[in-house]
Amino acid sequence: MANLTLPKNSQVTGGKTFKAPPGAKRVKAFKIYRWNPDDGGNPHTDTYEIDLDACGPMVLDALIKIKNEIDSTLTFRRSCREGICGSCAMNIDGTNTLACLKPIEEVKEAVAINPLPHMPVVKDLVPDLNQAYAQYRSIEPWLQAETPAPPDGERLQSPEERAEIDGLWECILCFCCTTSCPSYWWNGDRYLGPAVLMAAYRWIADSRDENTGKRLDALQDPFKLYRCHTIMNCTQTCPKGLNPAKAIGKIKQMMVEREG
Amino acid sequence: MTDKTTLRPEIMRSALGRARGYGSAKSGLHHWWAQRLTALALLPLSLYFVASVLLLAGANQAAMIAYMHQPWNAVLFIALILALFYHLQLGLQVVIEDYIHAEGRRIALLLAIRAITVLFGLLAIVSVLKLAL
Repeated sequence: MANLTLPKNSQVTGGKTFKAPPGAKRVKAFKIYRWNPDDGGNPHTDTYEIDLDACGPMVLDALIKIKNEIDSTLTFRRSCREGICGSCAMNIDGTNTLACLKPIEEVKEAVAINPLPHMPVVKDLVPDLNQAYAQYRSIEPWLQAETPAPPDGERLQSPEERAEIDGLWECILCFCCTTSCPSYWWNGDRYLGPAVLMAAYRWIADSRDENTGKRLDALQDPFKLYRCHTIMNCTQTCPKGLNPAKAIGKIKQMMVEREG
Repeated sequence: MTDKTTLRPEIMRSALGRARGYGSAKSGLHHWWAQRLTALALLPLSLYFVASVLLLAGANQAAMIAYMHQPWNAVLFIALILALFYHLQLGLQVVIEDYIHAEGRRIALLLAIRAITVLFGLLAIVSVLKLAL
């Protein structure tokens, strides 16, 4: 059966509160999930009070401030701080998004921050994404063509052909969508999830790729593709404004079209 | 990034091996398409069913039999029953595949659902035929 409650060692308990410095005028509380694999304890929630007058505008700015000035043990991934690397994907205020693109102002109350849902946690806000990366590898995300490229240049596409992959290639593989999908939560070991299916469609829709049929064959499976029940959490949560649900719908449509 | 999961030391099989699993089952389209087609068929058929119930509200048995004696009424009722029970079976199958992961229990429940929907569907069809013939 599906687990409807957290296992005992995963139940989140209360934690420490780090008070704002005296004299701070605009104080905002950040309630952050903490778990350390080395101390053997349950996860807990630490509260950090930040003076917004001494902090950048984004949630990532607050996290970096906490790590630099308040608690250096806080662990999270970040790199580009401009929404192109996908490292700082996490659950903020109940929605998966990128900490670097999420303005603190958009959260009315205390800012609750948790790791991406339903993935194993390595530490604090760092999820283990190995399974998702391997699933991405399994759809062979590279151009496959038998026709050799022209000797004097690149493979050409018409503007119309090129437009087919707009809204697909922009995906940065942060896995906000995949980890927001209930179907992926229940069957992530077999269902590929929205990010990987959209990546698969990116190659199916690419006019230069010659393995469209093989790619469709590889997806035609009750679990790999058809666990998608059009719940659409993926599209709602995508921090890049992309539409994985539509891409999956297109794959299903092509499956029907090639039958007759 | 290591190929192995950091958190389950008892699993040594590579992440790619697990992601590929048994490969594609090369099926699933038929189930998905049939679920949509039966849903589409159920739209007008359900409206027809509601209209029939309203039309026959308070009618006696003779009126009911006379209604079912008209071939189109019997045909539409049987079509409704076929679409409904097929759709029901497909939908319940998805629920079980989603939530039941123990292989033995999953297969047992899938078989039970098929048996129940087929038997109740047949029961409904025979009931219509008894009135119609």
